[in-house]
Amino acid sequence: MAIKVHGSAFSIAVMRVFACLNEKGLEYEFVRVDMRAGEHTKEPFLSLNPFGQVPAFEDGDLKLFESRAVNQYIAHAYADKGNPLICQDPRKMAIVSLWMEVEAQKYDAPAAKLTRELIIKPLLGMSTDDAIVEEQEVQLAKVLDVYEARLAQSKYLGGDSFSLADLHHLPTMNYLIGTRVKAVFDAHPHVSSWCADILARPAWQKVVAMKNNQRL
Amino acid sequence: MQNAKIEMSRLLEYAHREKRGKSTFFSQRTAACSCPPLDKKQLSFPLGHNYSMVMKLHGHPFSPATHRVMACLEEKGLEYEFVHIDLSTGQHKKEPFLSLNPFGQVPALEDGDLKLFESRAITQYLANIYADKGTPLVPQDPKEKAIVYVWMEVESHKFDAAAAKLSYELVTKPMLGMTTDDAVVEEHQEKLGKVLDVYESRLTGSKYLGGEAFSLADFHHLPIVSSLFGTKTKALFDARPNVSGWCAGILARPAWQKVVEKMKH
Repeated sequence: MAIKVHGSAFSIAVMRVFACLNEKGLEYEFVRVDMRAGEHTKEPFLSLNPFGQVPAFEDGDLKLFESRAVNQYIAHAYADKGNPLICQDPRKMAIVSLWMEVEAQKYDAPAAKLTRELIIKPLLGMSTDDAIVEEQEVQLAKVLDVYEARLAQSKYLGGDSFSLADLHHLPTMNYLIGTRVKAVFDAHPHVSSWCADILARPAWQKVVAMKNNQRL
Repeated sequence: MQNAKIEMSRLLEYAHREKRGKSTFFSQRTAACSCPPLDKKQLSFPLGHNYSMVMKLHGHPFSPATHRVMACLEEKGLEYEFVHIDLSTGQHKKEPFLSLNPFGQVPALEDGDLKLFESRAITQYLANIYADKGTPLVPQDPKEKAIVYVWMEVESHKFDAAAAKLSYELVTKPMLGMTTDDAVVEEHQEKLGKVLDVYESRLTGSKYLGGEAFSLADFHHLPIVSSLFGTKTKALFDARPNVSGWCAGILARPAWQKVVEKMKH
């Protein structure tokens, strides 16, 4: 199969790419990387991603990494397939790019730290640092204050339609809604509706099913 | 009132197309008659509104993110007006700036009625919409473009995480009369070193990070690389010959030199 995704179905970044492929209705091969054995830190994986992180992505002879770059490639290369995830109009696309940067630069830091403390560490038998959780919840709330104002006047972050700007939030959002952090989302009504809306998307539900079916 | 609004938006659209070199009613008209050329900077409407058609960059001379956008405008040879935002009085945390960037950070860019923030979103916008002006900063071929986007993400997530922290400790803090945290510096120099090892390897097989041509993937590094070159962290770059050569090349670009000059004054 031309499209291959190398990674683990639990990985936030891998789930981000699966969500995109599913939205576009594309067929792909999932190549499982044994992260417990450190497979991602050695060859041959390093030839796919010299930073030793999942996912790595192949489309024919094209090799990519960094989930957000992979998704932008998929969204452009397969623009005519499945659901549109970007805009062709450059001025509208600028707004989508803007909120993609916001996800990467503002939302991801607290969301990823909270996911690490509340989900990943317990899975690895480590203890959660409550001080970090409290501090990062405050940071996340500040970001969501801005999201609340945006979503009060726009159905989705990037504009009227669902796009990569929304999609990129799904993996951490999915994990955090199952923890005490749900309260932070719920305290922002427009954010809360937007979360419920995008989490319910069939393409995302498929990603969740895949995660649930994979053994650690 | 409704008709005036339609007229205004149509005129804005024409002026925008005119600015981008596409033929419009205005360019055809001025070619045909002996009227004075249209002043693209100001359009006066019967209702007394003045719409400046030049892009506005709202920022601060010390802000690396502001430099990132300014350098892009220079590379593309685009006209713009610089609006100084006074960070010392908290101007960026109040209206009217918050309407431009609700996160209260510089820079923000206005292009007609489009308001943008996040420097890397702004540069992507400029690179795409003004693809035919100045230096090309993003390839047209989708596979080549994908590789550039990979290394743009690397700059944004891997390089910047370590390098911006170092710039803050070694450059910003002393400027603000604060003390550098040596433990933080050591920790982040180690992280940056590992990232630069991957860069060294990448630049063995490739002239620029994104491929054979200079692109946003290299470009986005300029402000922080420039900042760190005035500190002891320069040694990390010097120790890696391909990285060192690549840095020298991008720092020498005329567009970057213009930004350095402008921000001195």
